[in-house]
Amino acid sequence: MNTYAKRLMWPVIILVALIVVNIAATGIDFIIPTVNDGRLGGAFVNILRRSAPLLLIALGMTLVIATKGIDLSVGAVYAIGAAIACQMIIEAPDQTALGLVFGAVALALVVTAVIGAWNGVMVAYFGVQPIVATLILMIAGRGIAQLITGGQIPKVQDASPFTELGRGSFLAVPLPIWIAALMLIAIALLTRKTALGMLLESVGGNPEASRLAGIRSKGITVLVYLVCSLCAGLAGLIGAANLGSADANNGGLWIELDAILAVVIGGTALLGGRFFLLGTAIGVMIIGTLDDTIINVGLSSQWQFTAKAIVVFVVALLQSPEFRGWILKPFKRQPDAPAPEPAPAEEVLAK
Amino acid sequence: MFKQVLAGVGAGALLLGLTACGGGDDSGDGGSGDGLVVGFAQVGAESAWRTANSESVKSAAEADDRIAELKFVDGQQEQEKQIEAIRNFITQQVDVIVLAPVVETGWTDVLQEAEDAGIPVVLADRGVEAADEDLYVTRLGSDFAEEGRKAGAWAVETFADDPDGTRILELQGTTGSAPANDRKSGFFEVLDAEGLNYELVDSQSGNFTAEEGKAVMETFITTHGLEGIDLLYAHNDEMGLGAIQAIEEAGFKPGEDIQIIIVDGSKAGFQAGVDGKLNYIVECNPVFGEQLMDVVVDVANGESMEKFTPVEEGVFDSTQFEAELPNRQF
Repeated sequence: MNTYAKRLMWPVIILVALIVVNIAATGIDFIIPTVNDGRLGGAFVNILRRSAPLLLIALGMTLVIATKGIDLSVGAVYAIGAAIACQMIIEAPDQTALGLVFGAVALALVVTAVIGAWNGVMVAYFGVQPIVATLILMIAGRGIAQLITGGQIPKVQDASPFTELGRGSFLAVPLPIWIAALMLIAIALLTRKTALGMLLESVGGNPEASRLAGIRSKGITVLVYLVCSLCAGLAGLIGAANLGSADANNGGLWIELDAILAVVIGGTALLGGRFFLLGTAIGVMIIGTLDDTIINVGLSSQWQFTAKAIVVFVVALLQSPEFRGWILKPFKRQPDAPAPEPAPAEEVLAK
Repeated sequence: MFKQVLAGVGAGALLLGLTACGGGDDSGDGGSGDGLVVGFAQVGAESAWRTANSESVKSAAEADDRIAELKFVDGQQEQEKQIEAIRNFITQQVDVIVLAPVVETGWTDVLQEAEDAGIPVVLADRGVEAADEDLYVTRLGSDFAEEGRKAGAWAVETFADDPDGTRILELQGTTGSAPANDRKSGFFEVLDAEGLNYELVDSQSGNFTAEEGKAVMETFITTHGLEGIDLLYAHNDEMGLGAIQAIEEAGFKPGEDIQIIIVDGSKAGFQAGVDGKLNYIVECNPVFGEQLMDVVVDVANGESMEKFTPVEEGVFDSTQFEAELPNRQF
């Protein structure tokens, strides 16, 4: 097995285990998609659809973390993107106009991209630590979103084509799944089929050496924060379109932590360097499936956080070669020293 | 629109400036003077209800000559932020602290600190656990258990003749919050007392938001189906409206295929009622700013009070939605 497959093995096992638990609790219907109104539905498709915003954000976060950075502002950017689009649409006389919807979406994406570029410039050119640079917007961003909506929750008419972004489907597959999947493919192609991915890992591994080797590390840093923020804005649009409203306070609340969690579950270390986009996607599915599992096995709401913590704990331990070596020790005849491998476990626990 | 974005960015920049300066200084404006200084630790702005409530309190304080200043802090639905706000109020020596607690538990220490500082505490809207009863003067707010009982009474009346038992789904509010606890207990208290033959098929928290209400309802539908379900009881508007979307997207008719009770009664809730998408609304009245100011002044004057001061609230069924809609303030 190559390292890539090895990294993915444990998250995949956890995901499959969660799915098996759900099937045991609710029957095989859990995994089989149903069709109503020409749109795929069913429990697992719903999970994928609801996870789309988190996947978008986690993909951006993976790139940022690969450069040894972190972006805490994505939840606030999610709220800002949602607020801009919804407010612009409800202020227009005809909410069903297609041009208006495209304009609102474009404006939201441009603003969130600018926010991301600002984060990147702070980190790359002003030398502010990523956690501090993005913390500022994490705190201020929801205030900005509230000012945009005037403290209200703007509600877009159901007839507006904007809601299609969250509720519509193309070839029976819900649009949010399309958007997230296309983003995954686009980022994967960009980073794996061009030199960009290698440059990213190089910047994350050692920015100074990369610069001396002739890589424009500052430009690349700005670019990844911009992409991350753009993904967060897009996620906000999908979330707002699903509900037909933008909630400045609760939209995307704590999604930055879930995104970081998904990245780490997927095997990308917070230390920067190597990153695993597919691992991130599986991490997102684990988190999405967990919420449903709690309902399906009949646990009460009070258990939600504890159950999540237990699963994260197990994933973190399984990913630690030291832990696996320690557990398997009594069963091994020849005590081979386990190959030292950077373990992401500490970061998960530290979070 | 652009102006608002600009205003937002400008205010954001201002905020950054403040953060960089390392906090302002609010010393010097102590209690005395020709009016009361009141600190209000609000839950957040999580719903239209809350926004209307904040507006009502702010405008009532502004209009009232007896109140010199209202220090308003938005807790953003986090207990830590509210505790921090109360500690700041104590440092600033306000005359009265008004608290709308996010959750019921965990207030003992900070309320004790307020008592030690000699500052009376009034609870607005939500309550705290009974063990802390000595640490506040009175609670002005809705009787959540009564709201639950009103919802329960309608359910009993509507489903009394249901031969095969009433199957119920429940969307609870934020886990551990007073309205979630009391709306649940009041509802089932009546159902049990009246001997309704019912089954609680599932009950989960939607955290009082449309997003989670919709997500939980989607999972309810895939797990239990909707065919045999008679009633959905949602602890607030937002969750109920989110659930209605989920029901419609699953190809069912909310209000017909499944009867729906919501608590709150916002404009959006009544509009859904007029559209025939829900069946019963139990009002939870947020416009009690003036009543709150009277209570605050009485408390500052040291008058003795009951532990609970209820706010007046009504109930509305499908025949009343249309007439009531124009009267809604939030």
